[in-house]
Amino acid sequence: MPPGEEILVHARDLTKRFSGFTAVDRVNFDVRTGEAFGFLGPNGAGKTSTMKMIACSSPVTDGDLSVIGMDPRTQAAQIKARLGVVPQTDNLDAELTVLENLLMYARYFDIPMSVARPRAADLLAFMQLSERAKDQVEPLSGGMKRRLTIARALINEPELLILDEPTTGLDPQARHLLWERLYRLKQRGATLIITTHYMDEAEQLCDRLVVMDKAKIVAEGSPRELIERYSTREVLELRVPEAVRAGLMERLDGLAERIEELPDRYLLYAADGEQALEQVHAREIPTESALVRRATLEDVFLRLTGRSLVE
Amino acid sequence: MAAIAVPNRRTSSAIAGAARVLQRNLLVYRRTWRGSVFGSFLTPLLYLTAMGIGLGSLIASGGSTVLGGVDYLHFLGPGILASSCMQTASFESTYPIMGKISWRRNYEAILATPLQVHHLLIGELSWIAFRMLSMSSAFLFVLTVFGIPRSPLALLAIPAAMLTGLAFAAPIIAFAATRHNDSGFAALFRFVVNPLFLFSGTFFPVSQLPDAIEWVAAATPLYHGVALVRGAVLDTMPATWPLHLAYLLVFLGVTAVIAERLLRRRLVK
Repeated sequence: MPPGEEILVHARDLTKRFSGFTAVDRVNFDVRTGEAFGFLGPNGAGKTSTMKMIACSSPVTDGDLSVIGMDPRTQAAQIKARLGVVPQTDNLDAELTVLENLLMYARYFDIPMSVARPRAADLLAFMQLSERAKDQVEPLSGGMKRRLTIARALINEPELLILDEPTTGLDPQARHLLWERLYRLKQRGATLIITTHYMDEAEQLCDRLVVMDKAKIVAEGSPRELIERYSTREVLELRVPEAVRAGLMERLDGLAERIEELPDRYLLYAADGEQALEQVHAREIPTESALVRRATLEDVFLRLTGRSLVE
Repeated sequence: MAAIAVPNRRTSSAIAGAARVLQRNLLVYRRTWRGSVFGSFLTPLLYLTAMGIGLGSLIASGGSTVLGGVDYLHFLGPGILASSCMQTASFESTYPIMGKISWRRNYEAILATPLQVHHLLIGELSWIAFRMLSMSSAFLFVLTVFGIPRSPLALLAIPAAMLTGLAFAAPIIAFAATRHNDSGFAALFRFVVNPLFLFSGTFFPVSQLPDAIEWVAAATPLYHGVALVRGAVLDTMPATWPLHLAYLLVFLGVTAVIAERLLRRRLVK
């Protein structure tokens, strides 16, 4: 289903301050019905704080926020009734079975048992957990717990599903299964808000995204638009012998739109990587290895948020 | 009409929300109840046999004027009932609550739904009230086997014991809401719960203590709980019973409000 024009989440100058520091600093964004909207950013950029304000679990410090046309300051319970939230770390009820987790959660939403039972059975089937319905939660694998957490978030048939780093810590098989399920949800018309620091995840799932850094939004657009705006179509990665490094930046000058020197290699951002490589050879620059690849969101991300480690 | 309807709806939603939290605990209890019911019968049996009969036989009958004209077994039984409620309610308000706040983060999951902090608190207090109800019923049954209750008034010991437990649960939940690890709980039991167990009129009348300590004992909920429970079981309800009752109710109400504030501060950031 194509994204609609109706705005489901609207934020203007949205701000979250904790005593002493600003986690989210006057950000603006709109999430439309039916789209998958991503928040990218390094750890501590303010993604989770923004998510929590949307989920009405953290009070807005300043600015405007409306979620499904309601104000989180005064209508938190009504908003929550129509949201599904998948937190960063699973908080399943370890003292209940898989099925009981869904049924009890349905009761928190005041959904009658007669409605909850068939819905829980459908969700377990959808998340490939039907065989584990009567099992305790603890022995489940990380991927299964994650799928159960998502199934639980869907028990109230939410209009908006908020996922905070849905695949962090999962193995590749589990991630791909999860992506596929989320994609199917999106096809059914669900609106998704996803935070992630996996660029492949953002490219796979998000129609539009914002990049956050140091509490602010630094870029916004579709994955393709962001790559076009902040990167080139291709990237040539060069490794050269140590002896050649001195003065190499001057020798590479003019071969690409932008050249980045890293401790172990050089990145040449160019529309045509093969052509840039030919010119490197033409200038008789010795290379240890050369790789031409398409630019990814990761290039955009690193350009916008820098390469230094956030800890 | 509308002005009346709004608070009514709020009240009913508070009860319905708390009922869900209680329901969750009952769902878990369905798997573990056997052990706790067994304990509910065993605890009074052990205390009454060892201390009531064993130790009690050594206590000269001359003491019975101090004990209010009854033998030691009769004096001790209702005291232990109130104290057991204090201990169980205290325990239920420490580790399980901390687990739901930070170890397993059940509350975080529940607060993502329309339920709110006061639903959590009322639900947990209802759960503890349920535990007190089943415990004190079993206890009263054992007391009856020992022939201790003197009249049907003894049934009032059940609500009195429940109230005693809750008067400990609310402040201890408030305390748990401020803790970031469980090290404070050992201290709580060592320096608060266990001394109260010993000095609040369970084993001997508080009047035997020096005046200063007597006043400290009288300021704690257990003293008032013991007075009510003993008065009910032995049909010797003191004329001051409304004061004891009021003390417990006010203590519970005030500490419950504090617990709600502290839980909110901890869980909603």
